[in-house]
Amino acid sequence: MTREEAFRLYRQMLLIRRFEERCAQIYVEGKIGGFLHLYIGQEAVGVGAMSLLREDDYFITSYRDHGYAIARGTDPRPLMAELCGKATGISRGKGGSMHFYDVPRGNFGGDGIVGGHLPVAAGMGYGIRLRGTDQVCLCFFGDGAVNEGAFHEALNVSALWDLPVVYIIENNRYGMGTSLDRASSVKDLYQRGSAYGMPRREVNGMDLLAVRNVLGEAIDRARKEKRPTLIEAETYRYRGHSMSDPGKYRTKEEVEQMMQVDPIFLWGKRLIEQERFTTAELEAADKEVIAEVDACVRFADESPWPTHESLYEDVYVRSPYIHLKSADKDPAWKASIREDKHPDTFWRHAVKEAK
Amino acid sequence: MAILTMREALNQAMREEMARDQSVFILGEEVGAYQGAYKITQGLLAQFGEWRVRDTPIAEEAIAGIAVGAAFIGLRPIAEMMTFNFSILAMDMIVNHAAKYRYMSGGQMRCPMVMRGPSGAAAQVAAQHSQAFEAWYAHVPGLVVAMPSTPKDAKGLLKAAIRDDNPVIFMENEVLYNLKGEVPDEEYHIPLGIGDVKRSGKDVTIVAWSRTCVTALAAAEQLAKEGIEAEVVDPRTLRPLDEDLIFDSVRKTHRCVVAEEAWPMASFGAYVSDRVQRECFDALDSPVIRVNAPDVPMPYSKVLEKAYVPQPERIVEAVHQALYRQEGR
Ligand SMILES: Cc1ncc(C[n+]2csc(CCOP(=O)(O)OP(=O)(O)O)c2C)c(N)n1
Ligand SMILES: [Mg+2]
Repeated sequence: MTREEAFRLYRQMLLIRRFEERCAQIYVEGKIGGFLHLYIGQEAVGVGAMSLLREDDYFITSYRDHGYAIARGTDPRPLMAELCGKATGISRGKGGSMHFYDVPRGNFGGDGIVGGHLPVAAGMGYGIRLRGTDQVCLCFFGDGAVNEGAFHEALNVSALWDLPVVYIIENNRYGMGTSLDRASSVKDLYQRGSAYGMPRREVNGMDLLAVRNVLGEAIDRARKEKRPTLIEAETYRYRGHSMSDPGKYRTKEEVEQMMQVDPIFLWGKRLIEQERFTTAELEAADKEVIAEVDACVRFADESPWPTHESLYEDVYVRSPYIHLKSADKDPAWKASIREDKHPDTFWRHAVKEAK
Repeated sequence: MAILTMREALNQAMREEMARDQSVFILGEEVGAYQGAYKITQGLLAQFGEWRVRDTPIAEEAIAGIAVGAAFIGLRPIAEMMTFNFSILAMDMIVNHAAKYRYMSGGQMRCPMVMRGPSGAAAQVAAQHSQAFEAWYAHVPGLVVAMPSTPKDAKGLLKAAIRDDNPVIFMENEVLYNLKGEVPDEEYHIPLGIGDVKRSGKDVTIVAWSRTCVTALAAAEQLAKEGIEAEVVDPRTLRPLDEDLIFDSVRKTHRCVVAEEAWPMASFGAYVSDRVQRECFDALDSPVIRVNAPDVPMPYSKVLEKAYVPQPERIVEAVHQALYRQEGR
């Protein structure tokens, strides 16, 4: 990794951190509603992973999804607008915090069903194999998701058919208020890969470099050998599960102890000690990202609310194979269009046939 | 025109679409080497190979989820459910994923997949294997639901379902797989969302789909002997529903019977009767009469099973009721 790249990743983690701290603030002000799950503490996993992806690769994630989109280079302004339910939101105000998608960047986004996106990731891997390209798909989920049946079904077929999917457990030790010890019979979650004969690794998810090394190897295996990997990244969320979490299930000491290994702090230290950056340079980066977050909030504030008509849009795709005379009675069909929000994105993905 | 069974018609539809479009593939339990649990996919593995005709483990959530994920990146999967009774293990993939991602992403994605297989009662397979779940799927915005009653409709609708860019739930019926009928030799498809009048008449409208439509035609035959001319309307697609075709028929006949194999409470037939009574209130000479399975699980014994599945006699009786004709009067 070059010095510049190391700094870029630092800035990215910081942007995610400051963005989400601001989210928590404006949530309290009532600008954001519903569920808000913050990624604070886990940034090194998403940033490390995204730094390794190729432009045409795919990923799909759980609802704790702000970090990946920012790390993938999505303009954070429409992300903030989405959180505020505005028409300019990345998902036009229909998704909210749990549902960030950016299909042109291969972001198939946030899924609100614990474990529900794992079989879908397997399907993306299957599609890649069928088309014969060397793309890969990353799939991010929590330690709670491994106890869902969908985890078992998805991992079995991925190993059985050699699908180019990297499954990444972000083990932050809790699924809401239930600690891993109380939820999983096996405590080393990566070992669950052995049930499927799947390559498996554990990694310190607070250490960006370690994340990059382990993920890099897994992505390579997926791309070249078409084989999946199960990775357990040990990490921690400093905030509550969502904004309504009183945090009674863990001690203050535990949280404080984990703050000592804050991934951003550790990476900043490294930049200074090993890459010859100065404290002033890091502070300047912080000022910059705070200004960027200010601009996000301003953008969201100034954006219009969605129109009432948009309620019916985006349910169906208008198609010559559906008869519109009868379908037109239904407002959702009437409001359907043939194009996607990003016309030709779908087909760009569809037509990319390498073989 | 060739005479084909519905099984052959469905097989032709998939074979033709797979030959036409590289992105179409099939996956499911026993679809390949076994040639299909009901032989609908017969011969396809030999022609298209294992990546396009994929035998899966017994894992419905994975089958449906793989279809969803592959569809998201532009392929056109056909997920076969051995029967729709097992599709409820994959409900999350369909309801929370296939039907939702386009909306939740503000129109960034589409899910051009088909989930198909037999639905409804077969022959003496009891409560867990005989269910009619069309209302579950028709309930969900974002899905298309098709249920053919003839070989010609089956082929034409399945071809449209495969080519369409929305997730289509395509419910067949085991009892109809051997039903024969004319199928055009030339290339054709039947757009989703258009119903079909399967028999014209002026005295009463019977709305019925899939196997119950065939039962309704048998009932209409019996009614004709009494001088009652029943019009049998087959919506073919439940979502989107060709309401105009039903309403036009009811405005002509002034009476309506809705017959289905599902339980009475919160069924698709309940929705159709609501729509008819609301939209055709002035045209109706009697309340809409419904024919359903009794509100109990399907029993095993053939005597009980016959009492359960709507028979022509029950539809005849319902028509009598709609016409205020009592037995023996
Ligand atoms: C199928 C399902 N069950 C329950 C929930 C409610 N729920 C949302 S997040 C969550 C905890 C998940 O924990 P984990 O997988 O560890 O992810 P984390 O929140 O820690 O990132 C639960 C129970 C849900 N969204 N989906
Ligand atoms: Mg967790």
